[in-house]
Amino acid sequence: MRDTRRTRLILALLLLTAFTLITLDYQSNGRGVFGDLRRIGLAVFGPVERLAADVVRPVRHAIDTVASFGSEHKKVQQLQQQVETLRRQLRAQPFEQHRAAELDKLIQVSSIGQYTIVPAQVIAVGRGAGFEWTATIDVGSRDGVRPEMTVINGDGLVGRVTAVSADTATVVLAIDPQFNVGVRLPNGAIGVVSGHGRAAMSLQLIDPSVRITPGTGLVTAGSVDQTPFVWGVPVGTVTAVSTPLAGEVQTGTVRPFVDFATLDLVGVVVKPPRTDPRGALLASPVPTVTVTVTATPAPVPQPSRPAAQPSPLPSPTPAPSHG
Amino acid sequence: MGRATRTGLFLGLVLLAILLDATVLGPLDLPGAPPSLLLLVVAAWALVTGPSSGAVAGFVAGFVADVVPPADHLIGRYALAACLVGYLAGLFRLEAKESVAAALGAVALAVALGTLVFAGSGVIFGEAAGTGGALPVAVASSVGYDLLLTPFVVPPITSLVRRLQPAVSRD
Repeated sequence: MRDTRRTRLILALLLLTAFTLITLDYQSNGRGVFGDLRRIGLAVFGPVERLAADVVRPVRHAIDTVASFGSEHKKVQQLQQQVETLRRQLRAQPFEQHRAAELDKLIQVSSIGQYTIVPAQVIAVGRGAGFEWTATIDVGSRDGVRPEMTVINGDGLVGRVTAVSADTATVVLAIDPQFNVGVRLPNGAIGVVSGHGRAAMSLQLIDPSVRITPGTGLVTAGSVDQTPFVWGVPVGTVTAVSTPLAGEVQTGTVRPFVDFATLDLVGVVVKPPRTDPRGALLASPVPTVTVTVTATPAPVPQPSRPAAQPSPLPSPTPAPSHG
Repeated sequence: MGRATRTGLFLGLVLLAILLDATVLGPLDLPGAPPSLLLLVVAAWALVTGPSSGAVAGFVAGFVADVVPPADHLIGRYALAACLVGYLAGLFRLEAKESVAAALGAVALAVALGTLVFAGSGVIFGEAAGTGGALPVAVASSVGYDLLLTPFVVPPITSLVRRLQPAVSRD
């Protein structure tokens, strides 16, 4: 009596519906009704995720902190209230320093490359059971973000924007299996780098006469009209290359500059540079001094949030919700 | 329990699961692929309500997960997988009432199949091309994490639904 005709009929109908949805979406290629559905989902759920990320962040940081403090944590609990407060400040500090350093790097990159960026915070990461590498960021159309814009951080290429709502946007990360980007080699030759999830990225050269060596740095070649990729963004280092026969195209593996496991602060390039920065960013020195205000790029066209203002940076005083 | 209350409770659980998946489990960056609380919620729900409402619940939950960010796959893929999870877990409704081990086994089976179907549909529609050998690892790790979470997620939900709904609907 558990698996009646009716039950099986329902199951068959539902499976058929799901399959039809997939097929229709496959054919519509992200446009039409399905594009609208995604946009509605982003508009409705984006702010909720944003809120949840704000709630969860202190908890996550607290977990990290406890883990790093280890056995010391027990002792700390027994200390007086005053000592506890001091410790809390101490614990919050590395995160703020880390964030400040990330922001510095981002500003450095955007000023050398002459990119105009909108800083953003990663608020959710989707892994679609490990086959889909996407993230939600807390800036949207109100901040001047549009689909098919390049997303970078202080280390290099993060991905590209696919969907945008008023306050949030979805980013496909560069290691997504569907991700391909055109890259330029130091000698001017062109190749294509593709993501493979957790595995290393792959490089495929176009010209069969060009040869590369491991250790070569790659930057984006820039798409037509700088969409979806602006030029000159560091992508990664070649780690291994194939040894093809004469007349065959060489391939290789690439280690991305960006650490996708710890994505936090990113920037959406809202305006590309007028000239190709080429390899300028590969050679960018480690910033020894803090970047001055004059080095920052021009403000964003529609600054509902000013470009220079980092997204929800925790205040210098420790949040009372800590611990 | 009225139909409206039941639907509301289910949608609440689904949204909570999606939120936690995206904001907590996703960013943790566990080795392999992360667990899916959503599939566990669907399986737990179906264990109490049976195969047909389990299949419907799974479809609805999967569809929501297909649409909300940061999902960027073909709409319907998760609906397909979660629908099967609900149906399969629902088949073990009577056993689940009798023994905890049967309930856990049913959840494990359903979730493993669901993850496999989701991954498989990605391969068929070319959305997971190039993942190659990583695929079995991802499926296995995701299911493994799910099983670790099962004792903490499934019993609370099943007991909650049972308490709210003393007379179990007939399928």
